[in-house]
Amino acid sequence: MSVSHHDKSVVAAFKLVKAPIYSHCYSNDKSLLAITCDTNCLVYRLQGPNSQPKLVATLADHDKTVTAVDISVHGRIVTCSQDRNAYVWEPLSDGTYRATLVLLRINRAATAVCWAPSGYKFAVGSSARIIAVCYYEQENNWWVSKHIRKPIKSTVNCLSWHENGVLLASGGTDGYMRVFSGFIKGLDSKDIMTGSPWGDKFPFGSLVKEWYQGSYIHDVEWRSNIEKVGYVSHDGCLSVADSQGQVQTVDAPEGLPYRSLLWINDHEILCGGYSCHPVMFTEGTGAWKFSQSLDQVNKGAPAASHFAGDNDEDDENPTFGMSALRKFKELDLKGKVTAHEQESAHENAIVQLRTFAESNGQVTQVSSCGLDGKIVIYSV
Amino acid sequence: MSQSLRPYLTAVRYSLEAALTLSNFSSLEVERHNRPEVEVPNTSAELLLQPMHISRNENEQVLIEPSVNSVRVSIKVKQADEIEHILVHKFTRFLEHSAESFYVLRRTAMPGYSISFLITNKHTESMKTGKLVDFIIEFMEEVDKEISEIKLFLNARARFVAEAYLGEFVY
Repeated sequence: MSVSHHDKSVVAAFKLVKAPIYSHCYSNDKSLLAITCDTNCLVYRLQGPNSQPKLVATLADHDKTVTAVDISVHGRIVTCSQDRNAYVWEPLSDGTYRATLVLLRINRAATAVCWAPSGYKFAVGSSARIIAVCYYEQENNWWVSKHIRKPIKSTVNCLSWHENGVLLASGGTDGYMRVFSGFIKGLDSKDIMTGSPWGDKFPFGSLVKEWYQGSYIHDVEWRSNIEKVGYVSHDGCLSVADSQGQVQTVDAPEGLPYRSLLWINDHEILCGGYSCHPVMFTEGTGAWKFSQSLDQVNKGAPAASHFAGDNDEDDENPTFGMSALRKFKELDLKGKVTAHEQESAHENAIVQLRTFAESNGQVTQVSSCGLDGKIVIYSV
Repeated sequence: MSQSLRPYLTAVRYSLEAALTLSNFSSLEVERHNRPEVEVPNTSAELLLQPMHISRNENEQVLIEPSVNSVRVSIKVKQADEIEHILVHKFTRFLEHSAESFYVLRRTAMPGYSISFLITNKHTESMKTGKLVDFIIEFMEEVDKEISEIKLFLNARARFVAEAYLGEFVY
């Protein structure tokens, strides 16, 4: 795929499948890429930014749409699907994978999955209003789960583990962002939580804190070293919450909601969503604000046709001469407004952002997957 | 295009863009089902979003009913008199008969509206959202033109028929 006519922030763009990619993940050394594609999970080997990744394995045990995929630090792949199951795929020496069914004990779709940083447990969110925290049980040789039920009222959309592997942030269609404790006896040690600003005791499943946003939470992510958690919601907001319960919210400049966010460093967050290009937010003096858009195209062209937010701002503009000019321009452009060319690297919504390259706590390259079946790597 | 049509279509365009932010959402009520939540009786109120009602006048209205994974767009096409009423009915019925080939067309219109579209996450994932919006806006622009054109044809034909018929009685 040629990238020459894209914005210079686009390092690589791969059109991998003809179906939407709901989730993607890289192995620890960034050599393997796993994506969801319909009812399968496809594993690719990366071959540099200029050549198409090579398909090395197809993980095909699910019989409904695969909703999420994640790879642990040990290289185990976990997939979950709308068929209510999750599988852990153990890499074998010949490059194939052996599947182990996870006993999720849920009766609705599994929607999100996330490995804990240790790689010994993972959490699965579901439409059954349950988060299942799963871990390996040696004596039975399978993955068992413990449930967090209360007080989740609707589908869980997203999950994120704190670096300590105990605090688990989740968001869903009930409009709450919640932080739970996912402490598993015998797996986690209590010492790691001493002095945590989030509380003193963390029994499994206890609600540590919750924030009400009032619209679907699409993604949530921890920034562990500064004890903050960011989340994006369907009302087009990016919010950052801290252990004191304080929230700072910033609106999307285009008015369209974000599906994913990624912390670039302690003071910068990259968001991606229905506007099809990533947007950077920066923390200034105590408040988050919009800083720049990556890979945004046709700025001078009829921007009104696809940026919902712009028009409202312009209408408040008191300069009459400009608004009259714009009015006639719009009349003149009738019929042409609809013919604009969308040329950003993603042709449809961005669904997930992941870190691709990092140095000293600063993310330098970001990978995104979209509903258009593309993986795009941006440098920030 | 008249001056008041432009803001009306702009309002519809922005509302549609905001509504077409759909995700793949598996049913909360039925196991292993994935269905358009706007079309099924729903006990989870949070899955249905606030409907948007855009009205140019009492004859031209658009109702956008968004939900988590589907949007229903109902359009009331201008019907100034009884002939237009009949023409709109025939025209939309003809389209609905071949709803399959239009993908996003709903087989029956919502009560009180001339034609309805049902857009699900499947559509927004396989087509460009911008083009879907363009299609609906273009449809709204064209359908008025089409109806008044048919009406003119009808009048011209009626005049011709009347002349031919009444010509028989001229001495």
